[in-house]
Order: sequence, then structure tokens, then C-alpha cells
Amino acid sequence: MNETLKQVVIVGGGPAGLAAAVALYDMGIKDLLIIEREKKLGGILRQCIHDGFGMTRFKESLSGPEYADRFIQEVKKRKIPYITETTVLEITNEHVIRAASKEGLHTWKADGVVLSMGCRERTRGALQIPGERPAGVYTAGVAQSYINLYNTMVGKNVVILGSGDIGLIMARRLTLEGAKVEGVFEILPYPSGLERNVEQCLNDFEIPLHLSRTVTKIHGGKRLEGVTVSEVDENMEMIPGTEKYYPCDTLVLSVGLIPENELSKMAGVELDPRTKGPVVDTNYQTTIPGIFAAGNVLHVHDLVDYVSLEAERLVKGVVAYLNSEDEKKTLIDVNLGDGLTYVLPQKIALNQEAVISMRVKRPQENIRILVRQEGKIINSKCIEEALPAEMIQITLDADSLWSNKALEVSVG
Amino acid sequence: MNNYDVLIVGGGVIGSAIARELSHYQLKIGVLEKNPDVCLEMSGRNSAVIHGGFAYEVGTQKAALCVEGCLEFDKVAKELDVPFKRTGKVLVGNTPEDMESLKQTMAIGEINGAVGLELIDEKRLKELVPTVEGKFAMYSPMSGILDPFQYTIGLAENAAKNGVKFNFNSEVTGINPKEDGSYGVETKSGSYTAKWIINAAGLGAVKISEMLGIGRYEMGATRGHYIVLDKNVGHLLPMPVYPVPSTSYMGIHVTPTVEGNVTVGPDADRVQSLEDYGVEKRNMEYLVEDASTLWPHIHRTDFIRNYAGIQPTWLNREGIMKDFVIEAREEVPNTVNLVGIESPGLTSALPIARKAVKHLVDREKPSLKDYFDPTRERVRRFSEATPEEQQELILENPDYGEIICRCESVSKAEVLDAIHNPLGVNTMVGIKYRTRSMMGRCQGGYCQMRIAQLLQQEKGLDVTEVLYAREESELFTGRVR
Ligand SMILES: Cc1cc2nc3c(=O)[nH]c(=O)nc-3n(C[C@H](O)[C@H](O)[C@H](O)COP(=O)(O)OP(=O)(O)OC[C@H]3O[C@@H](n4cnc5c(N)ncnc54)[C@H](O)[C@@H]3O)c2cc1C
Ligand SMILES: Cc1cc2nc3c(=O)[nH]c(=O)nc-3n(C[C@H](O)[C@H](O)[C@H](O)COP(=O)(O)OP(=O)(O)OC[C@H]3O[C@@H](n4cnc5c(N)ncnc54)[C@H](O)[C@@H]3O)c2cc1C
Repeated sequence: MNETLKQVVIVGGGPAGLAAAVALYDMGIKDLLIIEREKKLGGILRQCIHDGFGMTRFKESLSGPEYADRFIQEVKKRKIPYITETTVLEITNEHVIRAASKEGLHTWKADGVVLSMGCRERTRGALQIPGERPAGVYTAGVAQSYINLYNTMVGKNVVILGSGDIGLIMARRLTLEGAKVEGVFEILPYPSGLERNVEQCLNDFEIPLHLSRTVTKIHGGKRLEGVTVSEVDENMEMIPGTEKYYPCDTLVLSVGLIPENELSKMAGVELDPRTKGPVVDTNYQTTIPGIFAAGNVLHVHDLVDYVSLEAERLVKGVVAYLNSEDEKKTLIDVNLGDGLTYVLPQKIALNQEAVISMRVKRPQENIRILVRQEGKIINSKCIEEALPAEMIQITLDADSLWSNKALEVSVG
Repeated sequence: MNNYDVLIVGGGVIGSAIARELSHYQLKIGVLEKNPDVCLEMSGRNSAVIHGGFAYEVGTQKAALCVEGCLEFDKVAKELDVPFKRTGKVLVGNTPEDMESLKQTMAIGEINGAVGLELIDEKRLKELVPTVEGKFAMYSPMSGILDPFQYTIGLAENAAKNGVKFNFNSEVTGINPKEDGSYGVETKSGSYTAKWIINAAGLGAVKISEMLGIGRYEMGATRGHYIVLDKNVGHLLPMPVYPVPSTSYMGIHVTPTVEGNVTVGPDADRVQSLEDYGVEKRNMEYLVEDASTLWPHIHRTDFIRNYAGIQPTWLNREGIMKDFVIEAREEVPNTVNLVGIESPGLTSALPIARKAVKHLVDREKPSLKDYFDPTRERVRRFSEATPEEQQELILENPDYGEIICRCESVSKAEVLDAIHNPLGVNTMVGIKYRTRSMMGRCQGGYCQMRIAQLLQQEKGLDVTEVLYAREESELFTGRVR
């Protein structure tokens, strides 16, 4: 099949892909193409009709579609080419991209590739919640899509498992649309979504949040009839005798997001078992030269603002790669120390500013994040209230490394 | 309108195979199925293995029909376009007792007529299945794996093509002999009459027997649980791996599916309910623990789904039944009664059906039709086509270029084909079994809303009429506003 040549192909037209496209264009890379499988650009934001997006990036509160639209307008202003309703089926390590649309199969060969396919939700099957498998069990994003994009109501009496942000937002949304939300149950001793969402989505609507509890059985052979909820101990094992039955017709799961990895794997990029996304360097280049990644495909973000910023930081690396300026780059490992669930990038370049993203394992007050090299602290950041729900970032200046030995990032 | 020459109770693999065999003849045939689709009970909840025939007592129908079904399976798989692979299978052992037991199994298998059985050493075992743990094995080269949904659906669709009428949501609640020798049949969807009744009701077979006046059977039940693993690990398992069989059951095994996933199971828990397909935590933990000794590649991160099947244990006046019953009893004329159709029922479905049909044909002597079409073609799967073929498919039908299910690369063309299936099945799970959409690692996170939308549009359903799998399994409560 004929390959169309492109300077850079961007896979996924969500906030990450859009921001990368605009920034690349502004750096002079104009032979671009964004490929999106949905009818419209905008990614998952199209279904997030609540506000609260853009406080960091635009200093105002926008709805999801409004936030996406700011970037879509920038793309259109620059006449950056994009195609929709086109699903990428395969990416090779040689940057060949194969996609299907109603017009046929398409093949591109790109100098550079940006992965921005976003993430998917963890499912009931992955959690292996015991019990039957009736209708009425939805992941939060699916429920959100039914309600906001398909004008379809998923249920009347709802239990929500998991206090991730989408679950919290759905608790409010379902309540506003007349459903009764019995409560949000979280296996951890603290909420896993943002504090502002607990306040605005639960407390304001008097929806109870039950911590250290999880659904231990699903009942109903046809439509969901109820769930058994149990308390768990510090090892997250259920405590016998604490079972409580809640009748409900709907169970909404907000139990985690996983980067969309299929294409990354096909391209042969190495994945990090912690982020579950690709291993990248300072410029968000994966282990396959010329393939870059940003946004939720790389690691799951708390706020879309950081997705856009990350995608914009990636362009420097793309330009360097296209100009073959990055060949002699020395990379050093960034190792994960105590108290954190992940650090990203996993490798950084010498003599270049780097933004390190991370999340803490558990809520803590007044901690110091330490960046060490050969035992020496080269950077640190004090955090008054550190929550697993919130991503933490530290910027390392270009001259802060003092050798080419590995770094370690930890909670001090 | 509801008068038939023959009514078959139950549309599982057995009822559907009987329907297909009977449709060679000039008869008006109907199937009464209580569920909204054909493979919602045993036939869709099993290990999906084509058995070699070595595990059954010498001289039983189970042994004979299993060997027959196994050896002839290529033909029906081709006729009905059923995904099937003759992978072979190993029974893996470690101790001297295991060795004794395998030798015995092999001897029985040879008498039964199972083909090509071989005892193999560790080296050969590792060549066949590099990832397995064990010292030796019995290898059965003719064993295989199939898609049980496509098989049952294929039999049913082919029967329908040859004139059989499938009536869904039609649970049989009573059967009454009439003066003219025919039978009146009461169901939840209305009354029917037929000259002949064939009982292929699976877990309901004892009840139907009783309705026919054959009160000699009883049934107990155990529930077997399975975990489904991601396609990530499929390449690690080229064939089913079983432990050495005990006298009571085959043991927990790991089995590749024809689509490249892996299933782990089943265990066996005594249960009362025939409708509760729940899987408990302890079952999942036990499955992992037990099966990991055979195949140490079972990790939580690869779990995508679990399921359960109900395994009946059958009793008659003499005690536990060891064999299939396929009978036409003198005292209940014009009936064929099938009881005890447990494993290897999937493998033996066609030979069982031929036996059942012979009872009727011997008495009734119906004429053959001039023409019987044994084939059923599945819609082309986008994911199974080469890039060149994919291009052609899209140019012919642009719906092939719209990918609805991202995990299994199922196109809109395939989903539309499934929505308009010849049996008239209208459920989400019906589409799932026919296309594999919603069956991949995201479990419908991406595609189910598109499919629900298409189902409503194409079938003119109200949003509250969309069913998940069974009656009363509504997916939605209404419009938002
Ligand atoms: C359900 C949900 C609700 C959220 N709610 C909030 C919130 O309330 N507030 C907040 O700040 N953040 C929220 N987020 C997080 C935030 O919106 C995300 O961080 C952000 O959308 C991620 O951007 P992205 O570009 O990486 O991914 P996405 O927005 O997911 O975009 C990825 C795009 O790639 C396309 N794509 C993927 N694979 C292919 C392929 N093979 N071929 C072609 N196209 C492809 C997808 O269709 C999609 O359009 C939410 C996230 C989710 C999943
Ligand atoms: C856990 C497990 C694993 C197995 N593994 C294998 C294997 O690997 N290989 C193999 O060859 N075999 C296997 N088997 C056996 C095989 O699955 C069964 O023997 C076979 O599916 C039986 O088919 P059936 O049509 O009799 O039953 P079913 O598929 O249960 O069909 C019976 C149908 O009758 C309907 N029905 C019941 N009562 C009524 C009523 N009153 N009115 C109307 N309809 C009614 C039901 O809804 C059902 O659809 C396994 C079985 C189990 C349970």
C-alpha cells in the first residue's frame, strides 16, 4: 500500500494531541497530521460538561468542551490538518502508521510520531468483584458518556465504588438528574479524587463518602438488585461480620484509569510497570527514537491543564530529533525512592531543564520531596499537604546535575 | 400457527444440533427456548474443548459419541464457519501415581478409539508447551478448542435457514397429551401443539421429563468457575493443559481460546440455585493457586473477566448416572428424551443429535427434503483480514472502515450484521457473542454505548427496551431529559 510521507503524525486528538500540534506548528513544524477516531476533536473532554477545567492554564474555570475548544480553535486558525473518524490500527517502530476509515485503509510514514491516545478505565473484570454479572454495572466514564453524550439515563438508585474524580463528578451528575446516590465507597482510608471534588460533588449534595469499605458482592442475575459492602482492614482485606447490603439498580465504578497501551506496545516502546505507560526521557521521547508520548497515554493526570503543558514541553524534543541534534545526548536514570508511586520521566538528559512528575503513596502533611544524586540532595520541594490524588512536579534546572550518575526521587 | 410436527424444548448446542439434523426432513419444526438467545446456559459456559474421548468409561455412549464427534469436527466447523483449532492437549503429571493413572487413562482411551494418544517425557512436553510445569504427560493430538458461541449459533442459524422456527422467551411450563396423540405445550409466550416432543432442555431436562410423565430422574448441581485472561498471555499457551484426572472430575485446567485469550477453571462448588452464576472471591483465589502449579503465568494484572457454568450431576433409580440418556420410551409415544447431557456434550452434540433424530425417523419415516443446505457463513471479520483484504472490504462496504470495538477491532459492518442476525436475537450479549465486541480487555468501555445506540436505531427500540442478556435485564431507565 502507498505510504504518505509526513513530518509528524499525532495519534489522538484530545488535549494532549491538540496542544502538541499547536506547539509544533509554532516551532515551524507544519507538515503535521492529527488522527482522531471520534467524529470530533477534543478527546474525553467532550463528555466532561462540568466546569473546573483550565484554572492553571487559563486562570479561569471552563467546562471540558470549552477547554478543548480553545485548542481546537488554535488548530483551525493555523489550518493544521486533522482527520477524524479514523482509527489507527498499528504503529511500527519504523514510524509506519496504519489506520482505517470509511474511505479505506491509510498508511503514513512519519519522521516523528506523537502518541496521545489517552487512557481507558479499569473494569469490574480487572477488579474481580465477586458475585453475579447483571446489567447495571457501569464504569464512571461510560455512565458519563451515556448521560452527557447519548441522553440516556443509566439508573435510579446508585452506589458508587471508588472515589476517583470521575466517580465523584458522576455522583453529583446523577443526583442532579434525579437519581438517588446511596453513597460513595472507597477501599482506601482517604478519598482518591481531588479535595475540591469531594467538597463540591459530595458534601454539597449530602452524599455520604464511606472510607475503608469496598463492594464484596454483586447481586442480581438480570438487572442489578443490590451490593454487599464490607469494611476492610489496613491490608485492604475485608473484615468478616461487617457486611452490609445496599439495594440498588446501578453500580458505578471509578476505580482507576490505565494508559491506552495497545499501539505503544505494537511500536515496541518499553512500558513502565508503575505508570503503565511508556518509559520516556526529558523530552518525552520513548525508548523508540522519534516516538514521543504525552498526556494520559503516558501517565494518568489529575488535571487536564498539566496534560496540555506536558504536550507543549514535548515539542522541543521533536524538533531536536527532526534536526538530528539529539544524537549525542547522554541519558541518566531517574529512580523511584520511598514514599512515591511513580516518577516520570524515567530518564533525563544532562544539561537540560527537566520537569519531574510524581505522586505520593499516601496523604501526608509537611513533607519534603528530595531529588538526590549520589546521595547528595540536588533539589527539594516542601509540600504542606501531599495527596495521592494530586500530581506533584519539580523542575530541575539545566545545571543542577553534577554527574552522570542516576538520580533518586523520594519523600524525605 | 403454533402447530408443529416437532417441538424441541431447549435451544442449547444439543437442541440446535437436533434442529439442524431434523431440518433435512419435510417436517414443520419449532424450538422453544426460555432465554432470549441460544447459548446462555451450559453451551455458553464451559471449557470450549473438543475432547479426545479417553476420559469416559469403556462401552458408554459418552465414550463412543465423543470420539465420533471429535474426529468428525473439522467437517461441521467448515460447514458452519466455526472457529476451531485442533491444538492437541496434554494431561500433566509428576508422581509415580500420576504415571499409573495416565497409563490407565491411555489404555481406556485406546479401547474407546481415541486416536494418537502418547505418553511423553519432560523434554517432549516442554517442546509442546514450553511454559508448563511437570515431569511427563499424556498427549492427545486430536483434542482441540472451538468457539462454543459460534458453534451453537451456527447450528441454530443453519437450522433456521433450513426452515426451523426458533421461539425465544418461551419457557415450557406444561406438556399435556391430547386425545389425537399429539401434545399441547404451555409456555410463557403462548400455547403450542406438536405431534412430537424432543426434550433437550439441559439443566431443565429433569423437569421436562416429569412433564412428559417420565419421573425417574433427579439432578444435583455444582458450579464451576473460570477466570478469563488477557490476550497478552495467549501466546504462552499453545494447547489446553490439564492435570491428571481424578475419578470425579477433570480438574482445574488452563485452556487457550480460539481467539487467543486463556481461561482458568473450573472448580466445583455444590449449589442449589440453577440461576446464580456468581463467582466468589475464594473460588478465584483457589483457581489461581491450583492452576499456577501447572502453569505459573497467571497474574492479576491479566484478569479481564470471570464466568461460571452449572455442572449437573444426574441420578436415576440406580444412583449416579454415568452416561448420556437418549431415549424414546414406549409408554410416552412420540417423544425423544435427552437427560444427562453433561461434558463432553459440546464435542458430542452432532452424534447425539443424529441418535435422537434416528428415534423419530425410525418411527415417523418422514421424507427427506429435495435440498438441504449444510452451510452457514459468518460475516467477514475485519480483524482476521489481511491489509489488502481490509482495503477491499472497506471499498465494498464503508462500514468496515468504522471501528466500533477498539480491543478486538470489530467494525460497524460486523455489528450491524449481528444486530440483524437470522434468529432475531435483540440483546447486547447476543451482539457480543456474535462479534466479540465488548469481550476484550476494556470490556465495552469504548464500544458499548455505540452498540446500544445502533441497536436502538436499527431495531426501533425505545431506550428502556435495550436488554443486556436475559429478560428483565434492562440496561437503561430512560432518557436523561
Ligand atoms: C472519564 C474521564 C473524566 C475526566 N474528568 C476530568 C475532570 O473533571 N477534570 C479534569 O481536570 N480532568 C478530568 N479528566 C482527565 C483529563 O480530562 C484527561 O487528563 C485528559 O482528557 C487527557 O488528555 P489526553 O489527550 O491525554 O487523552 P484523551 O482526552 O483521552 O484523548 C485521547 C484521544 O485519542 C483518541 N485515540 C485513542 N486511540 C486512538 C486510535 N487508535 N486512533 C485514533 N485516535 C485515537 C481518542 O479518541 C481521544 O480522542 C477526566 C478523564 C476521564 C477519562
Ligand atoms: C463447566 C462446564 C464445562 C464444560 N466443558 C466442556 C468441554 O470442554 N467440552 C465439551 O465437549 N463439553 C463440555 N461441557 C458440557 C457441555 O457444555 C454441555 O454438555 C452442553 O453444552 C449441553 O448442551 P445442552 O444444549 O444440553 O444444554 P444447554 O446449553 O444448557 O441448553 C439447554 C437449553 O434449554 C433451555 N431450557 C431449559 N429449560 C427450559 C424450559 N423449561 N423451556 C424452554 N427452554 C428451556 C435453556 O434455557 C437452555 O438454553 C461442559 C459443561 C460445563 C457445565
